[in-house]
Amino acid sequence: MHIPDGYLGPATYGTMYAVTLPFWAAASWKLNRTLKAKQAPFLAIGAAFSFVIMMFNIPIIGGTTGHATGATLIAVLIGPWAALIAVSVALIIQAILFGDGGITAIGANCFNMAVAGVFAGYGVYRVVAGAAGVQSARRWLGAAVGAYVSLNLSALLTAVQLGIQPLLEHTPDGQPLYSPFPLSIAVPAVALEHLFLFGFVEAAVTALVIRYFQKNDPEMLG
Amino acid sequence: MSTVRRLWIAIGILALLSPLGVIVPKWLGAGGAWGEWGTDEIRTIMGYVPAGMKRLADRWKAPLPDYALPGQSSGLLGESLGYVLAGVIGIAFTAGAMYILTKLLTRKDRTDRSDRT
Repeated sequence: MHIPDGYLGPATYGTMYAVTLPFWAAASWKLNRTLKAKQAPFLAIGAAFSFVIMMFNIPIIGGTTGHATGATLIAVLIGPWAALIAVSVALIIQAILFGDGGITAIGANCFNMAVAGVFAGYGVYRVVAGAAGVQSARRWLGAAVGAYVSLNLSALLTAVQLGIQPLLEHTPDGQPLYSPFPLSIAVPAVALEHLFLFGFVEAAVTALVIRYFQKNDPEMLG
Repeated sequence: MSTVRRLWIAIGILALLSPLGVIVPKWLGAGGAWGEWGTDEIRTIMGYVPAGMKRLADRWKAPLPDYALPGQSSGLLGESLGYVLAGVIGIAFTAGAMYILTKLLTRKDRTDRSDRT
């Protein structure tokens, strides 16, 4: 789901930077007003978790691989605004140091996995968990459903951004300039593998960690 | 043991296990992620490399491409060790950057005031 350099044309990657920047600004503004210094280690661990969980490539036999992002889990534990920044930092380090995701695509990848992924997952979690107590099953169930929705939304957004390239960017004789696969190929290829496999892995990881905190460290879910 | 220390141990265990994220896909014959192919693979799939893609694809030279260390030995052990070390480097940069960002965003005077109330 890390779009590399060269797959998105300037119109798309420029737009995605422009769309994501206000969210980074809003998150900074929000955190500047609410964050306490003692939370810093937890935010650092949240970002580190997102980085390392994305190193676990999950295979489809004889096919492609995918991975969890941890967006929903991190949002539940440190709040959505902090999670937005944490996942973004992981994605930016992956792009700069490891070439995992393009530099031009940082705006797009951060929007898909950090902005949309975090808010979709956290929103679903809040709706399902409601006012349920820390030990309630609705907490981990909500987080699991949120995680499933979150990863699938991130995947769908990625697929659509890739799939519109042949329409947006082509030579006068119709040859694609950037990602050459049309929506009819990109969307099923990316969406189905997340709907049937990777989304469930994201949900399971999220539910297991929330269950761990419910048993051993309920203050984390306070 | 403090929660922070336990969570860091968990991150460390994940880093040590991370080569599974490369070894298992290889065993099961799975390639990379869909739509993350390099220009060579695109040429194999499409028969050509789109002009704009060719122009942008390799403009940025990442210091540790594909989570591999320069000069790591080939084979399962060397590649796994390289992946773990790349992971540790990435975790250190990510956590460090996030920690510094958080510190910049927390204004001390404000924190002190809210802690007292």
